[in-house]
Amino acid sequence: MNKVPNNKAWWLVLPVFLLVAFSAVVPMMTVVNYSVQDIFDASNRYFVGADWYRQVLRDPALHDALLRQFIYSGCVLLIEIPLGIAIALTMPTKGRMASVCLIIMAIPLLIPWNVVGTIWQIFGRADIGLLGATLAKLGVSYNYAGDPLDAWVTVLVMDVWHWTSLVALLCYSGLRAIPDVYYQAARIDRASGWAVFRHIQLPKLKSVLLIAVMLRFMDSFMIYTEPFVLTGGGPGNATTFLSQTLTRMAVGQFDLGPAAAFSLVYFLIILLVSWLFYTAMTHADKE
Amino acid sequence: MAEIRLHRLAHSYSRQPASAADYALHELEHVWEQGGAYALLGPSGCGKSTLLNIISGLLSPSQGEVQFDGQPVNALSPQQRNIAQVFQFPVVYDTMSVFDNLAFPLRNQGLDERRVKARVEEIAEVLDLGPVLKKKARNLSADEKQKVSMGRGLVRDDVSAILFDEPLTVIDPHLKWKLRRKLKQIHEQFNITMIYVTHDQLEASTFADKIAVMHGGRIVQFGTPRELFERPRHTFVGYFIGSPGMNLIEVRAEADGVSFGGLHLPLPDGLRERLAEQAGERLQVGIRPEFVQVWDRPIDDAFEAQVLDVEDLGTYRILTLELAGVTLKARMGEDRPLPEGRAWVSLPAQWLMLYVDDLLLEAAP
Repeated sequence: MNKVPNNKAWWLVLPVFLLVAFSAVVPMMTVVNYSVQDIFDASNRYFVGADWYRQVLRDPALHDALLRQFIYSGCVLLIEIPLGIAIALTMPTKGRMASVCLIIMAIPLLIPWNVVGTIWQIFGRADIGLLGATLAKLGVSYNYAGDPLDAWVTVLVMDVWHWTSLVALLCYSGLRAIPDVYYQAARIDRASGWAVFRHIQLPKLKSVLLIAVMLRFMDSFMIYTEPFVLTGGGPGNATTFLSQTLTRMAVGQFDLGPAAAFSLVYFLIILLVSWLFYTAMTHADKE
Repeated sequence: MAEIRLHRLAHSYSRQPASAADYALHELEHVWEQGGAYALLGPSGCGKSTLLNIISGLLSPSQGEVQFDGQPVNALSPQQRNIAQVFQFPVVYDTMSVFDNLAFPLRNQGLDERRVKARVEEIAEVLDLGPVLKKKARNLSADEKQKVSMGRGLVRDDVSAILFDEPLTVIDPHLKWKLRRKLKQIHEQFNITMIYVTHDQLEASTFADKIAVMHGGRIVQFGTPRELFERPRHTFVGYFIGSPGMNLIEVRAEADGVSFGGLHLPLPDGLRERLAEQAGERLQVGIRPEFVQVWDRPIDDAFEAQVLDVEDLGTYRILTLELAGVTLKARMGEDRPLPEGRAWVSLPAQWLMLYVDDLLLEAAP
């Protein structure tokens, strides 16, 4: 056969290339553009190199926000993943109760972020909120607007309330996919309940857990709306996470250069951590 | 180690069974003796897996009793019954190594590590798993996984019985034969009761000393492979076992025998007396294709038949014949002269079985 050397087939890639270019690469390059220049208006632009990056990376306010952010995402994962698995394990598997449970579990997922923030803001108020008033009656001092720890706990509980369902539903579907014969074999082998969980359920849940961990990490690392609605990042800066710091920088102070540099760093951190999770979980027990 | 007795056992998957059709397993009475190698043979959906799961305790019967050595065990879990069971599809604990997989049932039993090691290595040796002991179980091929599954069943030497639920389905043919031999060896070595569920008659007869044939939720015959072949007690056993299955011909009762399409088959006296007592409606004679005698020329009392088809299977031929309006299969050795067009057939009385409503009618002793 006579092979004609030509690469015209590459033109077929063009539509995808354009789509990706306009949906991702071009907007991203705009940010890159801002991050290396000081732009006042179209004719007043100065190239500043890595200056903005240097400034951002040395900013103590950002260090604090980053630390808070990691602690927050860490707490979210440490609570939501085990809790989600535990709920999935106890959910009924058949009959009407199974459907009822699925619906109840799905409800929090349907509520928009700012509504969740508002719900908890009212729920936690000592004067009219059910939770706040009850705690006050019981003599527990709880004030999310004044006490940093209370604010933190509230933001955390809010997220757990909102998103544990997602983990639970993912795990539930993973558990349903385990064939009965595994449980039968475990009974024959006299495996304890813990051994069944450790050696059958958990390994079979690995792929859904990977998705759950990634989604919950990325979402919680980008959290903005709930603390903003609850306390506006306060008290002080106690619940000011990265997104909010960034918004203040970009929209509040109009420091577009540092904000652009910071956005890219932010993006790279998420990418890096997600990659670490992915690699760690997929290579965990390969020989 | 135990004798397993099933007493008035029946099972239905519906909670309120209304009719006989709701039962997956009809009331039965059966004994598996200690140390036997048994097969439970039948087509898909005949209730054999149901029966197996009831014995192991994975399923609780709707009626009747399972007894181990005379003790009812209905209330006991599979753990307490101390039963090993191997399933149709490989079940391995993915994250464990092959060694840990095989050791798992022993460790759960609290055996000390030195004996675990000895026992696992012994079983790995028998199943040729030695070279992969250190590998993660999930990286094995389907064959190897099933061997690990079987190994976990065989590794405990104190079990009451080992149950196999079509364990060789996913294994390729040459290995199948090897593993079956292995199981047989293990059986002889340890003298453990083994019950082997299969739908493959060859598998059943090479593994088992005695085969229980199941059909429609009943055990229709329990006997040695030879008994099943020579004296099927039910027409189902006749055509399910053997390749091709038994020829079954509808006949009418006559004064001194039976007849079909104008051909007369005399019956021995004993059988004729029994037939006279029967009120059954459907009368059939059955004869194995192996016992149908075929000649290429007229001979004594042979009937003339048309040859419809000849299948040459290498070591023997299968002839399809038409005899008095009835299709008949016959098996013929390669060394016999092959009849063309017409053949002469005789049906030796010794191998002619008489069935009334599908059940074998035997001569009064």
